[in-house]
Amino acid sequence: MKAIELQPLGDAEPDVLESICPALQDAFKVPAKVRSGSIPLSSFYDVQRGQYNSTAILHQLSPFLSMPRTGAILRSNSDIHIVGVTQRDLFMPILTYVFGEAALGGDAAVVSYHRFRNELYGLPPNKDLIIERLRKVTIHELGHTLGLVHCTLQYCVMHAASYVEELDLKGHEFCPFCRSAEARVLHSI
Amino acid sequence: MNKNDVGILVVDDELIVRESLSKWFAEEGYRVESADNAANALRKLQTNNWNIMLVDIKMPGMDGIELLHRVKETNKHIAVVIITAFAAVDTAVKALKDGAYDYVTKPIDPDYLDHLIDKILQEQELLKENQRLRDAVTELTGSDEIIGDSPEIMKVMDLVHTVAPTDTTVMIRGESGTGKELIARAIHNRSPRKYFPLVTVNCGAMTETLLESELFGHEKGSFTGAQYRRKGKVELADGGTLFLDEIGNIDPKTQMDLLRVIETKQFMRVGGSEVISSDFRVICATNKNLEQAVKDGSFREDLFYRVNVFPICIPPLRSRKGDVAKLAHYFLEKYTKAMNKKVEGFSRDAMLALRGHEWPGNVRELENAIERAVVVSGGPMIEKEHLPLQMLVASTASGRRLEDVEHRYIEEVLAETGWNISRSASILDIDRVTLYHKIQKFGLKRNR
Repeated sequence: MKAIELQPLGDAEPDVLESICPALQDAFKVPAKVRSGSIPLSSFYDVQRGQYNSTAILHQLSPFLSMPRTGAILRSNSDIHIVGVTQRDLFMPILTYVFGEAALGGDAAVVSYHRFRNELYGLPPNKDLIIERLRKVTIHELGHTLGLVHCTLQYCVMHAASYVEELDLKGHEFCPFCRSAEARVLHSI
Repeated sequence: MNKNDVGILVVDDELIVRESLSKWFAEEGYRVESADNAANALRKLQTNNWNIMLVDIKMPGMDGIELLHRVKETNKHIAVVIITAFAAVDTAVKALKDGAYDYVTKPIDPDYLDHLIDKILQEQELLKENQRLRDAVTELTGSDEIIGDSPEIMKVMDLVHTVAPTDTTVMIRGESGTGKELIARAIHNRSPRKYFPLVTVNCGAMTETLLESELFGHEKGSFTGAQYRRKGKVELADGGTLFLDEIGNIDPKTQMDLLRVIETKQFMRVGGSEVISSDFRVICATNKNLEQAVKDGSFREDLFYRVNVFPICIPPLRSRKGDVAKLAHYFLEKYTKAMNKKVEGFSRDAMLALRGHEWPGNVRELENAIERAVVVSGGPMIEKEHLPLQMLVASTASGRRLEDVEHRYIEEVLAETGWNISRSASILDIDRVTLYHKIQKFGLKRNR
């Protein structure tokens, strides 16, 4: 991975995307920027579920991506890793929702900050918290694109989090184990 | 458990479900594979170890319930989670009754799925740990220190094997030092209660009030000095075995309390009002003539009949002299190891003295004699003079004739070799013909 590009999806707010770029540069030591123009999401909408299909979006972002059917980790040849960002709710077909999805060892990921809004949980709005949560999930999904799997250490950014309280508990940095695995992958590419 | 060691097999005819779940579990770091039908899943079962299977209930051909049956027939340890499209209670209940671990409805809540997998793996780890501990207990308790192969001790061991798997109350009788506690331990270790404690109460060593508190425990403040609530031995033996040593020495009041608790398995702590239940097996031991004690009125008749259900009598060492050599060698090895000494065996005179002694203190006396001999010996062999003085005095003061000693020694050597004439003749340093003459002369007969 030599660069990170954030792709706005649908009505994603560019300022939100811009605000997480410094953290991504800091985490991966590569340049990060927001792409101009947005990809419309209407074709990924599932009327029955009222959500957007993250797996289909992922294929759109990385058309040559062959999804692993056996849990095998892909080996990306791409220098640029793309992260699609939306404020709409995402789902993987078998799961009720996801915060994000990445091609394990691939070059693309997709994240949503729909569920990061405090209003969903009856709390006052807090944009800083949305950005903080989005930052963690984006670093996490990019970690997956480097082939990293979930970490058991709760403070590590690669620790699995499927609800916001859990997300708030973990940190936005890699633990030493994941950091060294990440460094190994980055140097080998 | 290392996540790489965890195998998850996803079985679903829908490609998108297989892909999604495989990806989800791969991100967790699990080893994951998928199968698009039950037949392929069964094939994958043959080639790899799986911890968890996620199985769609509706598939063309063999459905999820049928696959569950097939898996459970051969791989009971695999946790099968059924995936259903709709939360149909009757199908889910059937799946659970048929051995499924759980069922989830599509789409699955990711948080629930994570917790479910964690819970399954934790349970599997606990089961493995439990099995490891059970194996360790079996290994530790498997070797009993009951030494000897004389017909007398073999009869005792037969009784131990017969009664151990049951919950029958056992009364072990025998002189002091014959190893009553060892027999109690052997019964406990061969019983299904072996994973629970064997709690020993030495009834002869305590006063009436102390024994009552020892057996039933006490509440805080129930008597002077009772600063804390304390559990009694009966309560501590819950699930295991209560070994009442020297039961013949219990006072009449405690006899009555004991009878009640043995019959009802319920009791109250001293100073307490709460009725406590405890599930325990009773093994008693005594060196007293309890029948006489019942006649004298010092031992309750009802308690006697309650505890004397399956009596095992351990013979004194003097009536199983054939085991003396084996026991002596066993204790020699035990104490040379403990004291880090190099003593290889017994001189002929020493062994003759050991065999000739009457052992009024039984195996305990023999053990003490060998321990002492190992301490005082300086060479590679235990000599006669290393044995305790009172033993030597007893054996020399017995005033037996040479012929008696010869008779006894030949008898013992024959018993030791299982009446192998050649080996016996070699040990005795005489020829076979002479040995036959001696056998005839002393009227020795093989004890079958």
